[in-house]
Amino acid sequence: MQTSLGQVNASSVFFFLVFITLTLFITYWAAKRTKTTSQYYAAGRSITGFQNGLALSGDYMSAASFLGIAGMVSLKGYDGMIYATGWLVGWPALMFLLAEPVRNLGKYTFADVVAYRLKQKPIRLAAAIGGILVLLTYTIGQMVGAGNLIKLMFGLPYEVAELFVGAVMLMYVLFGGMIATTWVQIIKAVLLLGGVTALMLIGLSHFSFNPGELYGAIQTKYTVTMLNPGGLVTNPIDAFSLGLALMLGLLGLPHILMRFYTVPDAKAARKSVIWATTFIGYFYCIIPIVGFTAAALLGQDIIKKIDAGGNMAAPLLAEFIGGTPFMGFIAAVAFATILAVVAGLTLAAASAMAHDLFVNVFKGGHADEKEQVKVARISTIIFGVAAILLGIAFKGQNVAYMVGLTFSIACSGNFPALLLSIIWKRFTTQGAVWAIVVGSVSATLCIILSPTVWVDVFKNPQPIFPLRNPAVVSMTLAFIVAIVFSLLTPDKEAEAKFEEEKIRMYLGVGAE
Amino acid sequence: MSKSASEIVQSERFKALVKKRWQVSIILTILLFVIYYGFIFTVAYGKTFLSEKIGVYTNYGIVFGVMTIILSWALTVVYVLWANNIYDKEVDELKKELK
Repeated sequence: MQTSLGQVNASSVFFFLVFITLTLFITYWAAKRTKTTSQYYAAGRSITGFQNGLALSGDYMSAASFLGIAGMVSLKGYDGMIYATGWLVGWPALMFLLAEPVRNLGKYTFADVVAYRLKQKPIRLAAAIGGILVLLTYTIGQMVGAGNLIKLMFGLPYEVAELFVGAVMLMYVLFGGMIATTWVQIIKAVLLLGGVTALMLIGLSHFSFNPGELYGAIQTKYTVTMLNPGGLVTNPIDAFSLGLALMLGLLGLPHILMRFYTVPDAKAARKSVIWATTFIGYFYCIIPIVGFTAAALLGQDIIKKIDAGGNMAAPLLAEFIGGTPFMGFIAAVAFATILAVVAGLTLAAASAMAHDLFVNVFKGGHADEKEQVKVARISTIIFGVAAILLGIAFKGQNVAYMVGLTFSIACSGNFPALLLSIIWKRFTTQGAVWAIVVGSVSATLCIILSPTVWVDVFKNPQPIFPLRNPAVVSMTLAFIVAIVFSLLTPDKEAEAKFEEEKIRMYLGVGAE
Repeated sequence: MSKSASEIVQSERFKALVKKRWQVSIILTILLFVIYYGFIFTVAYGKTFLSEKIGVYTNYGIVFGVMTIILSWALTVVYVLWANNIYDKEVDELKKELK
């Protein structure tokens, strides 16, 4: 099969230009509506539950999910499908444990919630550092992925791709703030869900719309092992730990939590999560079918020839079933996917730097609107430039561990402090600060010493820490530290405030 | 019959609501763990079972994988139905009592 993948072709350029023009037009429109901090960070709390559900999906579903899981299923079969299920299960947990309290207690960032009844400065400092660490590791993974994918799809040099993604994303966030970011994420979610649905339906039409027939074709072409569980889950403790990181890591991702402040109240936050869960669940149900269809119609040899990791399975399938125009469309969708995720990460990082660090730590909470928005924009530029530079610095590196690292830090550093601040009366400032520090540091150290980095990246013969996913150790440690330090430093004032904040947490009285 | 915020927070009705809210959350979270880890540990220890065919070519593994996603989603729906129909009504009643 001849492919025009990896060359600049008219249709991909066309779809790509349509997307860029449309989103920049929206940014221009949003910029005129972005004057205050509430508009810059939270879109003036004017987004509806349904819109926010789409935007959350757009914030969460990355190019790694789309291209990576389709590729993994096309090459490894059923094991790719096991991997896909893990990416949904955090959403129900987010709904049951955090969505509504986080919406009611906070203003712009999750640090607002943790700091609500504790000492502002130490908490904000720790939470901002924990948050930025999560966002940085996530951004590095996304930017390196972006450079590689754009090179594969459009044939652009890696550095040009990094600069381009960084520049366009900065335009959205810098000028259009949360309003533009939200709409970019909504458009991306619609394009991605629509594109993948079309791929699945046209793909399945080759098998009389019967998945069973598709599995039959796979079994005939590759033997039955493609359909059976293989070697993905071998160490049960590691599998348990990975599950914890995937499920509870979501509850510590600052760019996801931040989206709850864009809706007017807790009821709309609830609506956001049910819509997000619906769209994301649907996505992870159908993406394995795309992977299987690619394996059945194209064959693994062709997929591996273009990219050994299988990442090009979905665009190649699009070309095979719909010609160059469809491939161009899918490539443009993948590009939009990257932009939307990086924009969300950058805005969250800007809010941590400007709202938590600058306004609440350095200025002690006293800064006027104009200054706050100005600092938010400067922070956006700093993080955006850092994203581009880090993307270039990590060129050619194996960054597969970055997503695992992100989710491990999020579930060990941010999640325990956030949960305890909501449910535990005797939680104190010391407990929160040490939980964030110990959770983040231990998760990072364990990953570096684990087989994933110590052996796979640094090429040492033996890992020092045995598990690939440290969450079970680092998160437990964070909870223990939080409880021990809280009990050692009782805080009557914080306990009294815990009772006061209940009216806001559960009834939404006085919520922003 | 209007009450101050602290009177509401101290009232039995409010305490019962908060207790109920976390009971529902915890039960649903436990069910979520059972569904997800049930699937993962079946993959770890029941490879032969999951490889058995349920249709001509479709095996239990594929069906269980899809069911894990659908059931997790269904738990979220259960929570929303409970919150919309029971929790929100109590919240509205309690808010009416507030000064």
